[in-house]
Amino acid sequence: MCIFIAKSVSRLLALVGLVSITSTAQAGVFNPETFMLKNGMQVVVIPNHRLPVVTHMVWYRVGSADEAANESGIAHFLEHLMFKGTKKRSNGEFSEIVARNGGQENAFTSTDYTAYHQTIAVDRLELLMEMEADRMTNLVITPKEVEPERQVVLEERRSRVENNPGSILGEHLNAALFLSHPYRNPVIGWKHDIEGLNIDRILAFYKRWYAPNNAILVVAGDITAAKLKPLAEKYYGKIPSQPETVRRRAKEPPQHAERRVTLRDKRVRQPSWRRTYLAPGLQWGDKTHTYPLEVLSNIIGSGASSRFYRSLIVTQKLAVSAGVHYSGDNRGPGRFIVYASPMPGTSIDKLQAAVEEQIALLIKSGVTSDELARAKNRMESKAVYARDSLSGGARVIGSALAAGLSISDVESWPERISAVTQVQIQDAIKVVFNSNRSVTGVLLPEDKYSGVSK
Amino acid sequence: MKTIQLSWVQTLFFAASLLLILSIILPAQAVIAQQVTSPGGIKAWFVADHTNPILTVKFTFRGGAALDPAGKEGLSNLVSGLLDEGAGDLKSTAFQQTLEDLAIGLSFSSGRDEFGGRMKTLVRNQDTAFKLLRLSLSNPRFDAEPLERIRSQILVGLKQKSEDPHSIASQTLFKTLYPTHAYGRPTDGTIGSVEGLKASDLRTFVHQRLAKDNLIIGVVGDISAEELGKRLDATFGLLPAKAAPWKVKKIDPISKGQTIIIDRDIPQSSILVAEKGLMREDPDFYAAYVLNHMFGGGSFTSRLYEEIREKRGLVYSVSTGLYPFDNSALILGSAGTANKRAHETLSVIKAEWDKMATGGVSQKELDDAKTYLTGSFPLRFSSSGRIASMLVGMQSAELPIDYLQTRNSLIEAVTKDDIKRVAKKLLKSENLVTIVVGRPDGIKSTN
Repeated sequence: MCIFIAKSVSRLLALVGLVSITSTAQAGVFNPETFMLKNGMQVVVIPNHRLPVVTHMVWYRVGSADEAANESGIAHFLEHLMFKGTKKRSNGEFSEIVARNGGQENAFTSTDYTAYHQTIAVDRLELLMEMEADRMTNLVITPKEVEPERQVVLEERRSRVENNPGSILGEHLNAALFLSHPYRNPVIGWKHDIEGLNIDRILAFYKRWYAPNNAILVVAGDITAAKLKPLAEKYYGKIPSQPETVRRRAKEPPQHAERRVTLRDKRVRQPSWRRTYLAPGLQWGDKTHTYPLEVLSNIIGSGASSRFYRSLIVTQKLAVSAGVHYSGDNRGPGRFIVYASPMPGTSIDKLQAAVEEQIALLIKSGVTSDELARAKNRMESKAVYARDSLSGGARVIGSALAAGLSISDVESWPERISAVTQVQIQDAIKVVFNSNRSVTGVLLPEDKYSGVSK
Repeated sequence: MKTIQLSWVQTLFFAASLLLILSIILPAQAVIAQQVTSPGGIKAWFVADHTNPILTVKFTFRGGAALDPAGKEGLSNLVSGLLDEGAGDLKSTAFQQTLEDLAIGLSFSSGRDEFGGRMKTLVRNQDTAFKLLRLSLSNPRFDAEPLERIRSQILVGLKQKSEDPHSIASQTLFKTLYPTHAYGRPTDGTIGSVEGLKASDLRTFVHQRLAKDNLIIGVVGDISAEELGKRLDATFGLLPAKAAPWKVKKIDPISKGQTIIIDRDIPQSSILVAEKGLMREDPDFYAAYVLNHMFGGGSFTSRLYEEIREKRGLVYSVSTGLYPFDNSALILGSAGTANKRAHETLSVIKAEWDKMATGGVSQKELDDAKTYLTGSFPLRFSSSGRIASMLVGMQSAELPIDYLQTRNSLIEAVTKDDIKRVAKKLLKSENLVTIVVGRPDGIKSTN
């Protein structure tokens, strides 16, 4: 029944029957247990015994960045269609059964992964596992389901993107930032691609990527690995593994020019400015900069005590909002985003100059030891709060594994953060704030363009 | 129609195997709330939870934005943005720095009927956390710098809302339903009213509205009942005994089938419909609650979801909800669809409204709704913040403390006849107020 093709470490372990349950060190964040099924599906358990409830998630290591050039949106469209029927179940029956059993469910698609999740009483977990395992390989879709769903996805695109000038700018900004890497395409897909996707291609995508050896099961809540293992083997373990799919993503070439994208729209009443820098991450570029960049983003751009908030909003009174966002945990390139929205009466140019002055100051002087100590303290406290929510740990670990990271990347996070030094931050600053690897996005009202001159 | 390559034998088999599992009911008793009364007489509902060394305090003062004086709309909202911007000897930056250094979450919010707040701390920082909470409620500074800063943030927020189709629809809806009542005003005010608010208005608000007699508290976390009692006195004991006298008039929404189109050059129409709903204390509230779930409340299983999204692909989201305020009540539906399909979408919503009003529901539909609503109830307790909100919400609605244990039997008690009676009373499509923001084909404003 199973086709064994040993291409990865996990597959080799399965071949020699090494299915072991390992527990990571206690100093971690979520202290999960993990084991591998013989077909190469990784299983992670995050015990949380507050309530007799579990969150059950299946993650596939496939997202919009794995789509072919002219089929953007296919990963997300497929995610919608996964709620249709299988050989065993009629259209919509999956959701009816989850609801009838008091469960809540949804699914989401990202650039690197697609995940399906339900939260339900622990005594109904087995039912969910049977159904989720069923739709991993037995999906049945016909034009009768696909065509209305295509309209649903187009409506989703209208409401998320086309009705919102800020989102339209965001699409242009991403497309300008990545010259070649597929992160340039929106996860939901371009409108004309969504309109053109046909069933054969959707099913080919499904067959290519939906397999136990490309999936991760994460269960959080009132359960242990010992209790989950027989169920995981019974439902997911019997699905044959597939020959491993080779991921073929276009590579991003070196970038040499700064870019600017401006959207003037009569719907806009409040202008805004943002700049996205291509940044190193845990799996792209020099990964040693990742944790220093995380700490840096906390120091300069998170909360009312951060540098940007204090200097741009409180002291200089040039902005009503300002901050930064860094993502370094993708499979591909990371992004370091700096954003601000001007006070009425402040031009976008003046605001941009003030932000650039802050960046120049960082390049020159870095961060202070006091700033570093305070940031570490805040970030380490976050790990304690993270344990409070039932599904939070499942999301963090699931997204990390599905994007190609390991459990120890998640669990060692507090140690890695506490090891960051001022010098490392200084080095990371010099790498990341390179205008030639950035796009500046400006959102303006149609009638009040104040872009170039002051 | 919905069955795909599925034999009758398989259908029966799966139906049978599911029925066996369905007979198990999840115990909600996992979360036990107790009332703690401090030595000074301050009451809180409390759930002890020693899983993690954290503590969450949620609280509400009855009487919210609906009490903002005429011309000072947005007052309570501005206060909510400023209570954590400096108090006692700590100026804004020092106050915020302490919160962030110790990872203490402290925030305030303002709704139509209540002014609320939340404090979340690691147990090891609770001395400071409770102290900052006390200062923010009893001795806020309202210095000029943070006042002007937060004011400009709110003003920008109002501008952004005036660009957002759903916000435009919602504001128009409330103005239409409550043209002369405080519920018709935007809770965060207007540009003119927010520009006019002064520090003295904020101080008056704090003195008049934040008092012990309108205070409701819910606490979850790693603390003993005895310790909590002492903390309650130290934190809330300085508040005045009584809030200034206040009253908001009870009011019925004006819903007589008005349709209002707000013209915006956008590809998707944002649609809201609403009419009078049932008050929380209405004996038929639970029947209406179950009804709403079957009609438009259930996320992937409701009638509207099935007819409008699944069968016709008209929308990404369509739903209905019950909105029982303290002094009025609504049932409200929302949808978003391409301009050219707005007329069809609205027609189907209204046809389903009528079908639900007159056609009743099947026993299976009702049973499925009940097993969802009862089975999913414990999922609301998935974090300490959510439990604390529940504790406050229960007290706000004047429910008994054992509600967590009895709530499911109230759902179970709803019958098909109850649904039929309540549907007939509640759903009158000819009364619906309809707001559409966009350029919908085939829909016109009424006068």
